[in-house]
Amino acid sequence: MKQPMFHTIYPYLRASKKFPHVWCPGCGNGIVLGSLIRAIDRVGLSKDNIAMVSGIGCSGRMPVYVDFNTLHTTHGRALAFATGLKLARPEMNVIVVMGDGDAMAIGGNHFIHAARRNIGLTVIVINNMIYGMTGGQCSPTTPTGSFATTAVYGNIEQPLDISRMAEAAGAPFVARSTVFHVFELEKMMEKALNKEGFAVVEVLSNCHVGYGRQNDMGSPVAMLNWMRENTSPRSVQDGESSAKIARGVLVDKDLPEYTALYDEVIKRAQAGAMNTPL
Amino acid sequence: MAKQRFLQGSEACAEGALAAGARFYAGYPITPSSEIAEILSRRLPQAGGKFIQMEDEMSSLAAVIGASLGGLKAMTATSGPGFSLMQENLGFAAAAEIPCVIVDVQRAGPSTGQPTSPAQGDVMQARWGTHGDHPIIVLSPSSVREFYELTIRAFNLSEKYRSPVVLLADEVVAHMREKVTLPDPGEVEVIDRLEPTVPPEWYFPFDNAMDVPPLVSFGQGYRFHVTGLYHDRSGFPTMRQDEINPWFERVFAKIEHHLNDIVEVQEEMMEDADIALISFGASARSAQSAMRLARAKNLKVGLVKLKTLWPFPEEVVDRVSRKVGRIVVPEMNRGQIRLEVERVAAGRARVLGVNRYDGEMIAPAQIVNAIEE
Repeated sequence: MKQPMFHTIYPYLRASKKFPHVWCPGCGNGIVLGSLIRAIDRVGLSKDNIAMVSGIGCSGRMPVYVDFNTLHTTHGRALAFATGLKLARPEMNVIVVMGDGDAMAIGGNHFIHAARRNIGLTVIVINNMIYGMTGGQCSPTTPTGSFATTAVYGNIEQPLDISRMAEAAGAPFVARSTVFHVFELEKMMEKALNKEGFAVVEVLSNCHVGYGRQNDMGSPVAMLNWMRENTSPRSVQDGESSAKIARGVLVDKDLPEYTALYDEVIKRAQAGAMNTPL
Repeated sequence: MAKQRFLQGSEACAEGALAAGARFYAGYPITPSSEIAEILSRRLPQAGGKFIQMEDEMSSLAAVIGASLGGLKAMTATSGPGFSLMQENLGFAAAAEIPCVIVDVQRAGPSTGQPTSPAQGDVMQARWGTHGDHPIIVLSPSSVREFYELTIRAFNLSEKYRSPVVLLADEVVAHMREKVTLPDPGEVEVIDRLEPTVPPEWYFPFDNAMDVPPLVSFGQGYRFHVTGLYHDRSGFPTMRQDEINPWFERVFAKIEHHLNDIVEVQEEMMEDADIALISFGASARSAQSAMRLARAKNLKVGLVKLKTLWPFPEEVVDRVSRKVGRIVVPEMNRGQIRLEVERVAAGRARVLGVNRYDGEMIAPAQIVNAIEE
């Protein structure tokens, strides 16, 4: 008799944890998690050697479903917890999952400094342009003019560009895709997982409940269409001015990774080389 | 052979941390605690450990907790303004039961206050600074030697009880230099966290069947979940009262069942005393001088020095309040420990505070005056 074929993702999920998950039907977070697991499977990482760290918000609930070493921290601080963990266990693959409010508002400073240090973390920022879990308040990435429960007269602030922020802070790998462009997203995650340093993947995602309903896109399909129409691959956008959001690997350069550099610090300290030039 | 050294309190703290097996420090510079960071930035890598200067105090304690979950004994040091910022993750460490040590070198406050002046105004913040009911252990050193000993004790208690431990020092103790003889590293009692002896499928990191369940570090094949949400014995979020209540009872019981091990005081000339001085930290040194001055005047004064502030040494204070007529509590705040002493003494002894909060130490004469009142 033919054995049933199970999806790749099952060995990576916690069978003991009661599903269904907390996310709303049609939420982009499931697509992000599916892409991430398929990328992990392709790279061939061991579950014992993966730590998934998250902050607070809908994205913060992701680690509970996956069969890794998982740490659900405080709001905005996921990168700081992950920094300590990575220093203690440099051999581990530490994946940090955050939302736009988590990573850019309350955790914005940690994001800048973790990128600046180039500590070897795989950083997934799910950008749904809204505070979803708390009910649709405006976030640092809410577009100007959009509506939110705390911006019923229209958002008067400029949105922050997460990928450009990562680039400016010194991240050696920055990529952006959307939950509509799933195969592209998966490939970017694979590249990020293979990168030694601070590797950021910004994922535009749909919160049709928190953002969409207030902005004439109340269904997942409407929001996915918005992503298709308002983004373009970087190669097309290059050399021309475009109002569209760039997708693709935006930065990929080589920089020495922090924990590897710290191993050199230990060697110098143990050789008694204080205050001697590098 | 242990040799005599002339050490600053901060140096003693750093040496104590290394002797206790600390291999990770994350912190943010702040007066009067920065010396601890500077010393450990040099000493930790020599011992194969890691030091990182973080972007603020919130991330400092976050990194400490992350490193502790990675299996390293980890600490941070700060002062009042930074301690305020650490309250968020102090609550996380208490809820997730992650061993870590937080040194708060108290300075005059509130707010920016007086950075290089001593105070003891963080007593209640150390107990109740983070939101929600939570267990905590707080120790307070009164000398350079004690700073060394209590740093080791802070690590040992934090590992043994899977709890954050706050070491509430003050500017005087951190900056003064005293002649001390430190033990050889081999002579120091070092306690490590209990690790599971069962295979992963049998392991429950938050098992309520025991006071302190074992804690295995990440990456050892036990893939478990850690969260600041109310959680079940596996660490998964729960909203079930039959899982929340046993957890709450256990995390308090793990401290309350072991008061004899955790609570430490030092009594001096209390045998015949009819007046007791109860103090801690640098103020206990003033109290000790005051006791000697009073004894020279044939006043029967004794001293109870609190080395553990939280859990509050209720049993000792209760006994003392039944024995003496008067209790004098010198402290560099407006009476935070005095309120606790009054609560426990419950009117059995008259309780009097001697307080200063202007950035100056309490002089022994000020305490003698209170005794003679």
